[in-house]
Amino acid sequence: MLRKLALSAMAAVLVGAPALASEGGHVEDVAFSFEGPFGTYDKAQLRRGLQVYTEVCAACHGLKYVPFRTLGDPGGPELPADLVKAYAATYEVYDPELEDTRPARPSDHFPAVTSAGAPDLSLMAKARAGFHGPMGLGINQIVKGMGGAEYIYSILTGYTGEEKEEAGTTFYENKAFPSGWIAMPPPLSDELVEYADGHKNDVHHMAQDVAAFLMWTAEPKMMARKKAGFVGVLMLVLLTSFLYLTNKALWAPIKRGAKAGSA
Amino acid sequence: MAGIPHDHYEPKTRFEKWLHERLPIVALMYDTLMIPTPKNLNWMWIWGIVLTFCLALQIVTGIVLVMHYTPHVDMAFASVEHIMRDVNAGHMIRYVHANGASLFFLAVYIHIFRGLYYGSYKAPREVTWIIGMLIYLCMMATAFMGYVLPWGQMSFWGATVITGLFGAIPGIGEPIQTWLLGGPAVDNPTLNRFFSLHYLLPFVIAALVALHIWAFHTTGNNNPAGVEVRRDSKEVAERDTVPFWPYYVMKDLFALGVVLIVFWAIVGFMPNYLGHPDNYIEANPLQTPAHIVPEWYFLPFYAILRAFTADVWAVQFASFITGGIINAKFFGVLAMFGSIIVMLLAPWLDTSAVRSGRYRPMFKWWFWLLVIDFLVLMWCGSQPPEGIAPVLSLIGAAYWFVYFLIVLPVLGVIEKPLPVPATIEEDFNAHYGAGAGDAAATPAK
Repeated sequence: MLRKLALSAMAAVLVGAPALASEGGHVEDVAFSFEGPFGTYDKAQLRRGLQVYTEVCAACHGLKYVPFRTLGDPGGPELPADLVKAYAATYEVYDPELEDTRPARPSDHFPAVTSAGAPDLSLMAKARAGFHGPMGLGINQIVKGMGGAEYIYSILTGYTGEEKEEAGTTFYENKAFPSGWIAMPPPLSDELVEYADGHKNDVHHMAQDVAAFLMWTAEPKMMARKKAGFVGVLMLVLLTSFLYLTNKALWAPIKRGAKAGSA
Repeated sequence: MAGIPHDHYEPKTRFEKWLHERLPIVALMYDTLMIPTPKNLNWMWIWGIVLTFCLALQIVTGIVLVMHYTPHVDMAFASVEHIMRDVNAGHMIRYVHANGASLFFLAVYIHIFRGLYYGSYKAPREVTWIIGMLIYLCMMATAFMGYVLPWGQMSFWGATVITGLFGAIPGIGEPIQTWLLGGPAVDNPTLNRFFSLHYLLPFVIAALVALHIWAFHTTGNNNPAGVEVRRDSKEVAERDTVPFWPYYVMKDLFALGVVLIVFWAIVGFMPNYLGHPDNYIEANPLQTPAHIVPEWYFLPFYAILRAFTADVWAVQFASFITGGIINAKFFGVLAMFGSIIVMLLAPWLDTSAVRSGRYRPMFKWWFWLLVIDFLVLMWCGSQPPEGIAPVLSLIGAAYWFVYFLIVLPVLGVIEKPLPVPATIEEDFNAHYGAGAGDAAATPAK
């Protein structure tokens, strides 16, 4: 209900303010499993997202802040230790001690990939906000969340198929990209990645999976954080209730004195 | 400590007497904690404790963060990610510190507006008020420099914009800006000195807080009725007051608990809500963000800074009579600092003999308009300078000055205040007494 209200409010704003309703910046809300105070990452989805990243995104984008070992951490894809080791070994990293490259170990980070001039994706899901407003009030971000993962999903599914060339660079029309034209060619196509778990592999599902994975790379401690939040709030409510009762009992004679004093 | 008569500490055991003759520290703590406090304080008086808590929280979490942070342009951003990913509970400590700044400012704004409404700045509490404003200035400097440390895009460009304000001072501006930055632009020397000062200033604030508390313990607390505690004798004073311990300690702790429930929920469930996504992009001097905005707590003053553009007649007039020395940029800087200076001068601008806004029928309207003005300015500061925002900023900035420079002096002359209760005891009894219906929760007025 709230979501509908916010959507209609946003629609009203968009209609009322044509400056905002430019060709780009259209981000769709996706019901990710990790949303809301009790949302958790879907382990299987993160693993599928890792696969999409590995087979598609990794060609141009790095994840330089993410250590391979965290793929096995609780609250993430939770790969078994031997798989983490084997997965890391598929990457080559430069070792300053050897003065040469060697296969990566779990203690190494994903390599930074700069050859294509594409941005690092480690923090992308927190570095973009999919939702704003309405009218700069930030209410949509409370109702729908910050929308970083939705932004990534919407970029990956927002291509219209139009292209244009400007100063020797090809731009692709994209409904989600703020300017409407993005330099990244459409990275996904249906059945590009073959999932081991037989999950649907159309563009929309792959986009959701990799967006969820990138939310995890940006916020790997989310589940621990929400748990700490939940336990902390419960304990504070308990403590505050006792403080309320103590305070009430403490002040009661003073307030009774007021009654007697004014009678 | 001078002021309201009350029981003082008497050393009893031999050790206490021995210590008391050499260092009366127990007496100091006893008198501070047992200070007679007006018994009619309402819930707006809890924010001082929240603020003290915030200062302690920020210092403790900050000291831990410094153990893992690297103040170097090549490593700062990565070291913050190291804190978020590798340090035990590092993600919680950092989110508490970042959101703690927001709680700190929320509390200080409510605290300041409480002082403005109940006339807490008026004689004899001017010194308390001025020290409070100095604390607020130090808080702004600390928060600003702290925001630069993660070395994200907003850190870098915020630092560029704000230090640029000093560059707007005619003649000496640019040397000052270079001196502040340690070079021609925001770079490693800037990051290093901001880191150093960000660690220093909280302890300056702590010292100022001690002075702030000392000052109002000398004059006694203000209270919602705005009448002073009677000081004829200890017995009379006790009819107006209760000792701070345990009565207000318990009340404040309860209120702090309520505030912390909300705070902890934000840290746990939406820690990035109050931040800006661009600060998760490493600083890049070659790429300006589309829209540079400061953190929410600076927005009202940022709006005042931007309100005075070259097409405003006041700016054109100032430029004309100073022969162009005061241009629009410098005017904006003056307005921003001026908006805080007029607050500092409130004790001498307010001419009303009545302290509490509760008994000032006209003042109330102007006061609440100022609160709305503050919120509107906050919204304006967050918007790009187009559409209705620039006009609203200008009106909002103008009202800010009108309130302090015209409304406060004039109201004291033309307003007819309501009758003020003779004593705090009378106010308290009217609130909780037999005449006010059920003694418990219902507010009498």
